[in-house]
Amino acid sequence: MVPAVSMRALTKRFDDVVAVDAIDLDIADGEFFALLGPSGCGKTTTLRMIAGLEIPSAGSLKIYGDEVGTLPPNKRPVNTVFQNYALFPHMSIADNVAFGLKMQKTPKADITRRVGEAIELVRLSGMEHRRPNQLSGGQQQRVALARALVNRPKVLLLDEPLAALDLKLRQGMQFELKQLQREVGITFVFVTHDQEEALSMADRIGVMGDGELLQVGSPEEIYDQPVNRFVADFIGRSNFLPGTVEDAATVCLTNGTRVAVQHAGATGEAIALSLRPERVQIADRDATPDGHAHLDGTVSMVTFLGSGVVYQVALDWMTIEVRAENRPSVPRRDVGDAVSLWWRDDAVAVVPA
Amino acid sequence: MSEASSAQARGLAKWGLNLNVVLVLVFLYAPIVLLTIYSFSGARNPGQWGGFTLDWYRALGDDTRVQDAIWVSVKVALVSTVVSVVLGTMAALALERFTFRGKKVFDALLYLPIIIPDVTMAVMMLLFFTQAFDLLDDWFGLRIAKGFATIVVSHIAFNIAFVSVVVRARIAGMDATLEQAAADLYATRWRAFVHVTLPQIMPGVLGGALLALTLSLDDVVVTQFVAGPGSTTLPVYVFSLIRKGVTPLINAVSVVMLAASLVLVIGSLFAQRANEGRRRREPAA
Ligand SMILES: Nc1ncnc2c1ncn2[C@@H]1O[C@H](COP(=O)(O)OP(=O)(O)O)[C@@H](O)[C@H]1O
Ligand SMILES: [Mg+2]
Repeated sequence: MVPAVSMRALTKRFDDVVAVDAIDLDIADGEFFALLGPSGCGKTTTLRMIAGLEIPSAGSLKIYGDEVGTLPPNKRPVNTVFQNYALFPHMSIADNVAFGLKMQKTPKADITRRVGEAIELVRLSGMEHRRPNQLSGGQQQRVALARALVNRPKVLLLDEPLAALDLKLRQGMQFELKQLQREVGITFVFVTHDQEEALSMADRIGVMGDGELLQVGSPEEIYDQPVNRFVADFIGRSNFLPGTVEDAATVCLTNGTRVAVQHAGATGEAIALSLRPERVQIADRDATPDGHAHLDGTVSMVTFLGSGVVYQVALDWMTIEVRAENRPSVPRRDVGDAVSLWWRDDAVAVVPA
Repeated sequence: MSEASSAQARGLAKWGLNLNVVLVLVFLYAPIVLLTIYSFSGARNPGQWGGFTLDWYRALGDDTRVQDAIWVSVKVALVSTVVSVVLGTMAALALERFTFRGKKVFDALLYLPIIIPDVTMAVMMLLFFTQAFDLLDDWFGLRIAKGFATIVVSHIAFNIAFVSVVVRARIAGMDATLEQAAADLYATRWRAFVHVTLPQIMPGVLGGALLALTLSLDDVVVTQFVAGPGSTTLPVYVFSLIRKGVTPLINAVSVVMLAASLVLVIGSLFAQRANEGRRRREPAA
């Protein structure tokens, strides 16, 4: 199967700023792919290169096998949902949605039918004759979606389409978008800086930082096996326990504790163990099960979150964050309690120090 | 005690401000009112009241030279407006949407006709035409005289600057991603311009056109330098009448010109108002 989008050493420079730095990436046909990263890391620029709104400085960019590097946007089988929606203010909703079809000289009858279908798809029937400024943010967002989807693009590009919506609406739209993508079966490339959005919607995620593509994988892979501290820290929270590799399956932490891990790396290398707060078990002092490393400490802070409780546990050499569920069967700890921490061997990921 | 005196002071200030407004209005409009009144005066001396008459307007109707001048003025204004609106809009788009070598210089040069004195502009145009005609004569044996064409070219030259400034302001306020969205939706450059950019900047283009029309109809200095025999615009003709001796005919002509200018200015104000209203209604996002 030819990838929907294929990038090789794709680079974009603005004067002396390298916005996108030699990215290699294949996005599969029919995939919901999220480009995730902090603001300014080059997500929009990458998306704009796929759309043809930015010309790559170097590298190759293929859409379904065709090199498109310098092809103008109107000749590419992709459509974009812009971050600010970019609806045409002087046109009705129906005219906005019909714009792409008109430009492609689609027969009139077809336009009417497909525009009707698209408006129905995003549940805006009855609003055809309104102007964009007469709609709410969520409705404008759906017009932008319909305006792009009506053209049946091979790839749909979405640049933080939910960022301008409030939390409740955003969560609703996340679900709707995912549903919509399944229905239409089009490849979605979705840009976001919101890790929860990426985790909950995407089939695969590409994490970007400072113009580089740091890791590509399923939400589970990205979350459970981050390749470095940046990824681990950006996707959720993590504790980083410094140590050195002793052998292929053992890491020695700074305080001398030996920890069994699955893939340690090269012997003698300085590394950090990435340990998610919810993967750490908290037990009474010296009540940890045999066969696991454990760390002794004292609860220094308790934060109640409703669904869970976050404990800061002070060790001699660092503080570890632990997240416990708020269930009757899980005993609550108080500040000053002497506790021991332990975790399953597969709960940690080894990342470069 | 102090409250009363401060209230008094405020009352005085207010009275002073009102007086100021009245004085300014009198200063601005008294000449216009007088001009209009005396255009209906029966006396030969334009500063003397000789009873009500429409004779001067009738004379205006009979005077073919005035009518010719009006006709030349209208033609010059229309042609120079159309051409300068097209070129000025193109210049504005180039400056707002593209980067090219020498952009800064082009930008500065474009503003020149706005800031330099009319006389300087006039002399410049005259020199240019003289040189250009000499060259054409030398190289191709073409003999061209000053006239309608030179007036039109000169008016275009200063109107482009004004049009581009007005249009540019509108383009700067327009969301550039709209054009990108059009391109993304399969529009060619040209169709994106026609269907998206132009409707968005239309109020600016109309405002610029009205401004160009007004400036062209009003111009005396530049036109006088570049006009030739047989092609005189109305303002230039009126100016020449003054030298021959003034009759209230001039007052009548002035009133007609004033009315025409007023219509255009009010029109451009309305265009601008519509423009701002639309911008306010559009959410900033
Ligand atoms: N047109 C441009 N000119 C100059 N620099 C730009 C331009 N567009 C983006 N950049 C720079 O490129 C980097 C990446 O920007 P962008 O792709 O918008 O990031 P993101 O979408 O991840 O927030 C930023 O440092 C930004 O300042
Ligand atoms: Mg962005």
